[in-house]
Amino acid sequence: MSTAATVGDLVSQPYKYGFVTDIQTEKIAKGLSEDVVRLISAKKEEPSFLLDFRLKAYKQWLKMEEPDWAALGHPKIDYQEIIYYAAPKQKDKKASLDEVDPKLLETFEKLGIPLSEQKRLSNVAVDAVFDSVSIATTYKEKLAEHGVIFCSISEAVKEHADLVERYLGTVVPTNDNYFAALNSAVFSDGSFVFIPKGVECPMELSTYFRINSADTGQFERTLIVAEEGASVSYLEGCTAPMFDTNQLHAAVVELVTLDDASIKYSTVQNWYAGDENGVGGIYNFVTKRGQCRGARSKISWTQVETGSAITWKYPSCVLQGADSVGEFYSVALTNHRQQADTGTKMIHLGPRTLSTIVSKGISAGHSSNSYRGLVQMGTKAIGAKNYSQCDSMLIGDQAAANTYPYIRSQQPDAAVEHEASTCRISADQLFYLQSRGIGFEEAVSMMVSGFCRDVFNQLPMEFAAEADKLLALKLEGSVG
Amino acid sequence: MIRPDAPVLLEISDLCARVEDQPILKGVNLTIRAGEIHAVMGRNGSGKSTLSKVLAGHPAYTVTAGSVLYRGENLLELAPEQRARTGLFLGFQYPVEIAGVNNLEFLRVATNARRTEQGLDELDTFAFEDLVRERLGVVQMDPAFLERGLNEGFSGGEKKRNEILQMALLEPLVAILDETDSGLDIDALRIVAGGVNQLAGPDNATLLVTHYQRLLDLITPDYVHVMAAGRILRTGGKDLALELERDGYDWVDQELARLGAEPAEVG
Repeated sequence: MSTAATVGDLVSQPYKYGFVTDIQTEKIAKGLSEDVVRLISAKKEEPSFLLDFRLKAYKQWLKMEEPDWAALGHPKIDYQEIIYYAAPKQKDKKASLDEVDPKLLETFEKLGIPLSEQKRLSNVAVDAVFDSVSIATTYKEKLAEHGVIFCSISEAVKEHADLVERYLGTVVPTNDNYFAALNSAVFSDGSFVFIPKGVECPMELSTYFRINSADTGQFERTLIVAEEGASVSYLEGCTAPMFDTNQLHAAVVELVTLDDASIKYSTVQNWYAGDENGVGGIYNFVTKRGQCRGARSKISWTQVETGSAITWKYPSCVLQGADSVGEFYSVALTNHRQQADTGTKMIHLGPRTLSTIVSKGISAGHSSNSYRGLVQMGTKAIGAKNYSQCDSMLIGDQAAANTYPYIRSQQPDAAVEHEASTCRISADQLFYLQSRGIGFEEAVSMMVSGFCRDVFNQLPMEFAAEADKLLALKLEGSVG
Repeated sequence: MIRPDAPVLLEISDLCARVEDQPILKGVNLTIRAGEIHAVMGRNGSGKSTLSKVLAGHPAYTVTAGSVLYRGENLLELAPEQRARTGLFLGFQYPVEIAGVNNLEFLRVATNARRTEQGLDELDTFAFEDLVRERLGVVQMDPAFLERGLNEGFSGGEKKRNEILQMALLEPLVAILDETDSGLDIDALRIVAGGVNQLAGPDNATLLVTHYQRLLDLITPDYVHVMAAGRILRTGGKDLALELERDGYDWVDQELARLGAEPAEVG
């Protein structure tokens, strides 16, 4: 049958970012010990406060156990088999892009992130992170004119040590959880953003993370601070080559907003997901949390999670300031043997705090996709409100979707509303669209983007269309 | 309107098809010329719904023998979307609901797919909106339905009107309407039948698949075919439908017994 043939053709869509850049890499030996933590800190010429931070985290980590409450199954991770630092060999200090290895620039160009002056995106500043280090940040000078700091966290540690020391680990403490402790001990690079009082960041900021080496873990650390009345929109993207071994990605992202400040944080995660039998792929264990410290401040998370063999991720908001607002918009798509356990935590501490959760899970193939969310109303959260909507879409009859909403309220004058639904893309729906002249791929993508519209509307314009396409690509061959 | 010299749009010869392991169509022969209205009648399980789905290319059905020529070309080689783009239309008995897909946007994409095939320019949202508002009149549909999800929460009658609206936009050469009358009250039936009559013309053809005479009171067929056990047992004019209404289908069993055929069970 023609439809069956179409399905067959589409099944083998390759992962388009699966190439490896052939570049000389400086790696340290496998394994983790106090010496390794000290070595990473020494390589990065860090001040003592940061070495102490790392060592404290390492000691805490040693006493902790890997969490097992998520609806995920994977072989035990051997933390001594991972390389904790890998960096492309290049000149120590890159004063300008001209000094960056052309192979690296080429890699990012291939990923659709041109960095050179002529080709770079006109309205988005990019920090490009390759394995453990940031290789370039665009528009630094232009942003500096507005007082905005946008650089790699390694650079921030050197140039803006006071800011880093003041905020690092204040939202996600070193002993917050197993993976956050690990990250705090060995984090290599990531981005630092500081928007001073009253400044609206003049352009989108973006970090692109690329894992290149096999057997290397990526432990990025991102810290974004918006002072009183400041605002910024930030986007991260991620890809990795196809290896048949699993790689660990354990990131920590901390956001802080002071009075009337807002941060919009968007993620398009497309790490390598493993093949259709579940061989290879990234283990993505990420801790993301924002703290609305100031009154009327706002933190909004939007995530499009399409990659990784395993996703364990709960971007959260601590709504401390009165009238502060937290949002979480998520599309998580799993196919083949992917597993995702993702959601959010909205911790309402201040009065009249508001939160909105919109989660869209799409499960295809033999995958498993769980929403896990906590809404907590503290004793002082008088008049606080939460609205949650969790929708699941099943494609085929081998995939699983679960919803685990947790609600804890210590405040009678707080309102929590939760809605959930499950639907399925059926062969009959596809046939209906096809019988109106709409091709198979377009039909799938129409249905999926219809399902995800509420979330895609939250993405920055430049990336919304991209996300739509990415989802369609990931789903090809999963229906029929 | 029967014109012996009108071009043949659809020529079905000895068509056999099965769903899973169950043979359903067992040698259907039917020729449809431009300008004609055909009605296929029969009991549940006679194969008449299967015939319409096979013609539209539903993937659950496998053609095991026979041929279908559409404007002289092999229809069975075409993907369902290609059949639609070239002017074959199936009005569904049970149109599915597709939440989240905006009805207006869906209609526009479908219309443009057909227009592109015809070598016409695609319509932008404004031009399309003008067209769709004009065609809404054919089925007296409330424009509010355009802003809803595709068939989402539509009543049975609203879904059928939406089907005929699609037909009015796509301007098919061959429109196959599968039990379009089922689930309609008399007012809705009049509106839907009125829409079909308006759209029927000398260059296109209509194939009505129906259970009851009542639709044929409103749309006058040129030919009536009685289907049973996966084939067309008898063909006549519009009077044959009246005969069926009066005498029922009992004679069909006798006829089948005479032919030594077993009645099909699915349809």
